[in-house]
Amino acid sequence: MTPLAPYLIVAALIFAIGLAGALTRRNAIMVLIGIELMLNAANLNLIAFWRYSPHPELLSGMMFAIFSIAVAAAEAAVGLGLVISIYRHAKTTDVEEMNRMKG
Amino acid sequence: MDFVFYLISAFAVGGALAAVLLKNLVHAALALTIAFFGLALLFLRLDAQFAGFAQILVYVGAVAILVVFAILLTKGSEVPKEGVFSKSWFAGLAISAGVFAVLAWAVLQAAPSLPNETAAPAVTVNDIGNALMSRYVLPLEIIAVLLTAALLGAVIVAMHEKAGPKQSAGAPGPSLLGTGERRNS
Repeated sequence: MTPLAPYLIVAALIFAIGLAGALTRRNAIMVLIGIELMLNAANLNLIAFWRYSPHPELLSGMMFAIFSIAVAAAEAAVGLGLVISIYRHAKTTDVEEMNRMKG
Repeated sequence: MDFVFYLISAFAVGGALAAVLLKNLVHAALALTIAFFGLALLFLRLDAQFAGFAQILVYVGAVAILVVFAILLTKGSEVPKEGVFSKSWFAGLAISAGVFAVLAWAVLQAAPSLPNETAAPAVTVNDIGNALMSRYVLPLEIIAVLLTAALLGAVIVAMHEKAGPKQSAGAPGPSLLGTGERRNS
């Protein structure tokens, strides 16, 4: 078996764990944590394909992963800012109680 | 594959599982840090030194701290009485199990035709810097604009909505007292 396959299986496992966390937890911060785990699993896929590709000197997968890390950092900052704003307004971080868009 | 890969993978997957399953949110954030660290070790094992250290700096250093701050600012460290999982947890679990089954099936089906280059890539940080400044300079600039806009947006969104622009400075003016409307009451 190619050495790439175990990395892809591990990435799929972490992606599934992150998806389960995002879908089953009540707290909005835990939903964000699940999304971060899913983004990291995608990054692991990109790096693994870059490592075992025929032309790693082109750096495509590596650059994709680095830009993905930067986008994920921006997403975390905005997402947590939104959670804090909603908590100030509605006094809850439970996603099942956030059912109104109008304050 | 060797023993080190399984050890690091168990580290990362165990951290991710603990982050999703733990009831106390602060413990979950610490388990998330462990998962990020395990993923950074996997990056280092894949000969991607720059991405591995960027992962440690950005995720272990910044995102985990940000998550802990958000938990403490929203009193999320108290375990709620009605439980931490939603009412439809079984559907979410089934969906994620199905996603994992499909992904694992696809990987195992495609395993014979996956790229299989065993020689370690001779890529230095110097090459990455040159590529960022030549071929990938437009995405780099766009990422810079995106990060600036996202940080400004995060500050504006998280700013106190009831406080006026002068009220937060602690000015001893009595005229502002009582004029701020209470929207919740």
